[in-house]
Amino acid sequence: MALKIVKGSIDRMFDKNLQDLVRGIRNHKEDEAKYISTCIDEIKQELKQDNIAVKANAVCKLTYLQMLGYDVSWAAFNIVEVMSSSKFTYKRIGYLAASQCFHESTDVIMLTTNQIRKDLSSPNQYDTGVALTGLSCFVTPDLARDLANDIMTLMSHTKPYIRKKAVLIMYKVFLKYPESLRPAFPRLKEKLEDPDPGVQSAAVNVICELARRNPKNYLSLAPLFFKLMTSSTNNWVLIKIIKLFGALTPLEPRLGKKLIEPLTNLIHSTSAMSLLYECVNTVYIDVNTPPLPSLSLSLCLYLSLPPQLCVQKLRILIEDSDQNLKYLGLLAMSKILKTHPKSVQSHKDLILQCLDDKDESIRLRALDLLYGMVSKKNLMEIVKKLMLHVDKAEGTTYRDELLTKIIDICSQSNYQYITNFEWYISILVELTRLEGTRHGHLIASQMLDVAIRVKAIRGFAVAQMATLLDNAHLLTGNMQRMGICEVLYAAAWICGEFSEHLENPMQTLEAMLRPKVATLPGHIQAVYVQNAAKLFATVLKSQEGNTDSTAAQETSQLMIDRLPLFVQSANLEVQERASCILQLVKYIQKLQQKDVEVAEEVSALFAGELNPVAPKAQKKVPVPEGLDLDSWINEPPSESESEDEQPKAIFAKEEPKHSRPRREEVDEKELAKRREARKQEQANNPFYIKASPSSQKVYQEAPGVEHIPVVQIDLSVPLKVPGLPMSDQYVKLEEERRQKERAEKKKKEKKKRKEKRSGRGKKHDSGPESEEDITPAHQVDIVTEEMPEWSIITSYIFIKTKSYCVTVHVCSSRPLADSEKLPVRSHRAAEAPKSPTEDGDATSQEPKKKSSKEKREKKKDKDRDRKVRISTGLFLCLLGNHSHLILVSSGLPGINKCIQKSKLVFCFLPLTKVYDIQGNLQDGSQVVVSVIFENKCDSFLKSMEFNVLDSLNSKLQRPEGSGPHDGLTVPFQLPPGVSNEARFVFTVQSIIMPQKLKGTLTFIVKNEDSSTHEKLDFKLHFTCTSYLITTPCYSDAFAKLLESGDLKCSSVRLEGVNMPFHHLLARICFHHHFSVVERIDSCASMYSRSIQGHHVCLLVKTVSIDAKCDEPTLLGNVLDEIKQTFSQC
Amino acid sequence: MHFMLLFSRQGKLRLQKWYTATAERDKKKMVRELMQIVLARKPKMCSFLEWRDLKIVYKRYASLYFCCAIEEQDNELITLEVIHRFVELLDKYFGSVCELDIIFNFEKAYFILDEFLMGGEIQDTSKKSVLKAIEQADLLQEFH
Repeated sequence: MALKIVKGSIDRMFDKNLQDLVRGIRNHKEDEAKYISTCIDEIKQELKQDNIAVKANAVCKLTYLQMLGYDVSWAAFNIVEVMSSSKFTYKRIGYLAASQCFHESTDVIMLTTNQIRKDLSSPNQYDTGVALTGLSCFVTPDLARDLANDIMTLMSHTKPYIRKKAVLIMYKVFLKYPESLRPAFPRLKEKLEDPDPGVQSAAVNVICELARRNPKNYLSLAPLFFKLMTSSTNNWVLIKIIKLFGALTPLEPRLGKKLIEPLTNLIHSTSAMSLLYECVNTVYIDVNTPPLPSLSLSLCLYLSLPPQLCVQKLRILIEDSDQNLKYLGLLAMSKILKTHPKSVQSHKDLILQCLDDKDESIRLRALDLLYGMVSKKNLMEIVKKLMLHVDKAEGTTYRDELLTKIIDICSQSNYQYITNFEWYISILVELTRLEGTRHGHLIASQMLDVAIRVKAIRGFAVAQMATLLDNAHLLTGNMQRMGICEVLYAAAWICGEFSEHLENPMQTLEAMLRPKVATLPGHIQAVYVQNAAKLFATVLKSQEGNTDSTAAQETSQLMIDRLPLFVQSANLEVQERASCILQLVKYIQKLQQKDVEVAEEVSALFAGELNPVAPKAQKKVPVPEGLDLDSWINEPPSESESEDEQPKAIFAKEEPKHSRPRREEVDEKELAKRREARKQEQANNPFYIKASPSSQKVYQEAPGVEHIPVVQIDLSVPLKVPGLPMSDQYVKLEEERRQKERAEKKKKEKKKRKEKRSGRGKKHDSGPESEEDITPAHQVDIVTEEMPEWSIITSYIFIKTKSYCVTVHVCSSRPLADSEKLPVRSHRAAEAPKSPTEDGDATSQEPKKKSSKEKREKKKDKDRDRKVRISTGLFLCLLGNHSHLILVSSGLPGINKCIQKSKLVFCFLPLTKVYDIQGNLQDGSQVVVSVIFENKCDSFLKSMEFNVLDSLNSKLQRPEGSGPHDGLTVPFQLPPGVSNEARFVFTVQSIIMPQKLKGTLTFIVKNEDSSTHEKLDFKLHFTCTSYLITTPCYSDAFAKLLESGDLKCSSVRLEGVNMPFHHLLARICFHHHFSVVERIDSCASMYSRSIQGHHVCLLVKTVSIDAKCDEPTLLGNVLDEIKQTFSQC
Repeated sequence: MHFMLLFSRQGKLRLQKWYTATAERDKKKMVRELMQIVLARKPKMCSFLEWRDLKIVYKRYASLYFCCAIEEQDNELITLEVIHRFVELLDKYFGSVCELDIIFNFEKAYFILDEFLMGGEIQDTSKKSVLKAIEQADLLQEFH
């Protein structure tokens, strides 16, 4: 026996220890893999021995190898062996190995439970400590469940060393085994006041992390944390506490007020940048960008802490020489920008400076910031600065980033900040001179967009594009620059489409037919060919006016000479267009030789004006007779078809890059008929805002929205730019223009003041030039009449007026598969009183509406036994009709009872009001209520029946044939833990009064051995607000409405409301579905309309609301509800 | 904190500690990817970068890069302090630490890290008490 031990220790002497292994690996750089495989073999031998020291050594080496990326999972059991050694030295190594190598699916973890429990209760605190540390890395739900109690006991251990570890590990345990939270919480709370600072900070850490996940439960701790915050000097702890308050304040605005003082003190006094950064970040940012900005807007917190203070502090960060602080400063600044653009804008100089920074990540941050900082006033200056940077930028990625940012900055919100489009075109042209950029297509699409939408600019744009085409060789010079040749696509198209503006179309035509063009990509050549034909038409027109007919014939000859080059093209598109046009020209030439005037007819081929069409226009097109949208075009594909092949692909194909507008010839008569039908529909459509009749008339006659005044540029210098433009000169010109305008405005104002002083209307400040005062030199075409606020530029379809026809894409696809049904949102525990966070969910619900519509569609079709779905292509404007209607039941008496019994949770979502797409637009009496059912119990729920006691006014829509008191069967069953959504349609007669409906839900709870019948009572609360739909309104229409005299007046005082005006507005908008029509200082007009078309107009001042509505009862109720909203805050 | 990595300028991993459950394969992939990104950054650049949905905070000490992954809401500056504090602890323990110390005593480095951070949270903000705990535990080890 003694011999064996001696032998063992002698063996050990020859074993490699960790140091030897590391050294060995370093010495075998060439054949590392081979060396390690021999080492692993040795280790395997060592692990077979009984000697625990040898084993521990082997495990230690394995841990090292594991870090190098070798698989050591085979040794898991040996690790457990070493862990269970009674000697601390080995135990420590065992736990280390386990913490590095074990993960949730390691099966030997099950074996460790008892060992860990033993170690936890070891009298040696380091044994316990090591076990806790290890456990924190590999804790599984099972381990957490089995050991939660032991760890909880350790939280009150006599040694602070153990206490703090136990507290920290509780967080991991909570995550894995949430049920442990409730019993452990009191003790955790106790630890906040532990005498040992380490334990205390551990407890703060854990609670802060927990609160970030679910702040609501920790509100009660606020006073305790407040005390800690004012007393603690430990920055680590303070940061956590501030973070915690950041999570709590949105739930309890009163906290904000209390925090102002300590936070301001901290911001002013602390020298620790990390703490300062945390304060600024939490106070101004986290609080402002939670799930629901409009709600948090109401937080008093940041009101009283002026954003200037914070921005000033950030300025210090950015000015610091430390790159890290600079970066963070910019990051925080960009977050503040969202809520306080004004206070950030004043630091433009600083941000521009950052563009010169050596660090690319800082420059990119600064660029991000600039995007939000531009205004009409500084756009040109900022872009000029950026252009300089483009020139000197190294590295294509950064330069490309600059380029996209320049375009983003200029084009944001419908070119809102551009006052001079000639300048913008010049910028775009200058950008084409960039080397090796990938963003040619981006520039091209901007050129197209501007040229199409800004009518006044077309002449200038065409001239520029012609120059580009002339100098095309510069762009295509070397292969590296191929990306940029995309702009030629735009240039060719613009020159062709607006060729009437060309000064020398012949020259451009020749440029477009150069042999070099054949080296361009196919799709660009195709555009060249097509637009050469357009140019040809223009040229002919000008030449035929002359007496000399040879010129025209020469032009035709030129076409005939050059086109064959394209006819030979390998690209089908090019070839096809070229041969078609070639034949056409040949025919024209024949006619010309007979002295026939052809120009008129040739140009008729391309006639027609591009006009903007509102995204909703599609809906106005009646479905042609005989076209059944519900019928199959092709037989339905088999069910087994993969799900990925969704109509989406079809839709995407419908929108190729810069898709050419569709032209379809429709005869005049048909057109007139349609126009008539459209007018009719507009008249009947409750959503069609009948603005002032005059503007509507203009709109109908000329759908180009000409009533937006186009300011003519009145320049003292003739704007004739030879060659490529220089954007810089515009900066100067713009300045002059503005000065002139200002002078004019002043004149006008004086006149106006003399003329009349009416109570309404914008107040003009003759003081320093404000943002609004700068009128753009050119106007972008926007269809304003019906533009919903979410619409974006890309949603416009441009259609030639002459052929006002919209293609209808009908796509038959298989019916919704089960998996496609509405994604079911699982709900947290019963939250009878609505919390603000839930309101937030409502917005996230929005995108689902469409699918819900489709679902309903499907349901209907099912009845007809025709399973059809209409592609989104047809109803591209559907979303505009949605708005939400919040019907919340606040006190659901039946629920609590029920939770105790069967844990069934029954939550009312913010409900959505959906209009039926087929003709139901005028039906303002339907309300859809969606209800989420979640089964929280362990039993199976089935045969659910939803029933509401109809009132005289509101009725639940039941299927035909059922009695007025029959319940509706919920079309699904609920296995345990599952939730699903059902929608119920109500018919509401009068919407002027709020009402509550009583209802019951019956269901069968099925256990393994028994089943019981249960009943649950609830109330549905339909508020008047919920019948309002946010509808944008134009100020002129609004004024007309007020003047009409049809509206009754009422008013309400807002007492004790202590919030800034814009929050007040935000609240009304959010909670009561109003939209702001106009705002002047602390007075704003707001508008909304009910689903039955009542107009509700508000004039909101800080202390009172004057309101007008054509239905006094409705108005009274809405005002009451508004008042209630504000009394709650 | 999601994880902490230590790697050399040559791209050799020296220490890794994961505080969230991650599959072995993903770990390797993430480590490789991160090392590439961090090593490619120039010395004058700031210590933060956004990577996937995490924020990476790294700092170079001599030839070693210390690199932490934190969540969106976490404080970058305090993470830098954590790194610095860890380096200070190593320094105190080994007596002006160098890369070789960590290579040859990698288990000690882990022990220190485990005493300082637990489950990704700071365990003790006092340097002294961390070092004391380590020393005591080492003493215990010697006795056996």
